[in-house]
Amino acid sequence: MWIYEKKLEYPVKIKNKNPKMAKYIITQYGGPDGELAASLRYLSQRFSMPTEEAKAILNDIGTEELAHLEIVGTMVFQLTKGVPPDVLEKMGLGAYYSDHDHAVYPVSASGVPFTAAYIQSKGDPIADLHENLAAEQKARATYENLINLADDPDVIDPLRFLRAREIVHFQRFGEALGIVQEKLGQKKFYMSKPKEEKLAESNKEAYGLKK
Amino acid sequence: MVKEREKLLREIMAYDFAAIDMQLYLNTHPHDVRAISLHNCYVNRSRILKDMYERLYGPLTASSPYPRYPWKWIESPWPWEYQ
Repeated sequence: MWIYEKKLEYPVKIKNKNPKMAKYIITQYGGPDGELAASLRYLSQRFSMPTEEAKAILNDIGTEELAHLEIVGTMVFQLTKGVPPDVLEKMGLGAYYSDHDHAVYPVSASGVPFTAAYIQSKGDPIADLHENLAAEQKARATYENLINLADDPDVIDPLRFLRAREIVHFQRFGEALGIVQEKLGQKKFYMSKPKEEKLAESNKEAYGLKK
Repeated sequence: MVKEREKLLREIMAYDFAAIDMQLYLNTHPHDVRAISLHNCYVNRSRILKDMYERLYGPLTASSPYPRYPWKWIESPWPWEYQ
């Protein structure tokens, strides 16, 4: 379960409106490498993690990503609050305004709505942890792109915090992967599944290799 | 008063963040004694400050031990509203 605390993980106080920047930043809310995808990915994958460390790290990073989702949503909200429709339209948010007014809705920078197809939960801890390492790097790269597009220190400051967290998460996932690999044994990079073994047996029979 | 409130909240946020960062580290280094004592130090400091904050300004969680009349949880500002 979760308990809500009435505070952000990192402060967001944006004085100047900038709808164009909001349109880019929203990709970390509902885009392919965004915080919603990250949180959902880790919180789903944790159920099938094999070690205490991996369960804890997925649980806790998945939880921190929810706090990041809130930070990104706050940035979008503050950047667009009270901006008239004609200005939103000029800044490339006409289509967004049509469907969502000034509300915060999970879409990518190009307007594609959030989909669970952005994430995987494979039941194979090695595959899942590798996906997570990649996800953290992709999110880091996205934050760097956003920092390159931004010129307001009020916007850049929380983006830098979020970027730094991706690096820490990458580090922790790498450590968890090492621990999991050690537990599964050096040779087992892939876990065999009973279904595949049965299939191999029936194949042998079919080809007359088994009496 | 708004300034004082925000100052205290920022301090709580800083300690809580430090605790979260230590927590993640400890999940993969559960035998690091020094890190555990640092984590405990941040958590204890945060608890004291949160207690002070909730007495002075209102609840940080809905299950705050200092409920007052009328129900303060619904009072603004919400975290995304700080402007």
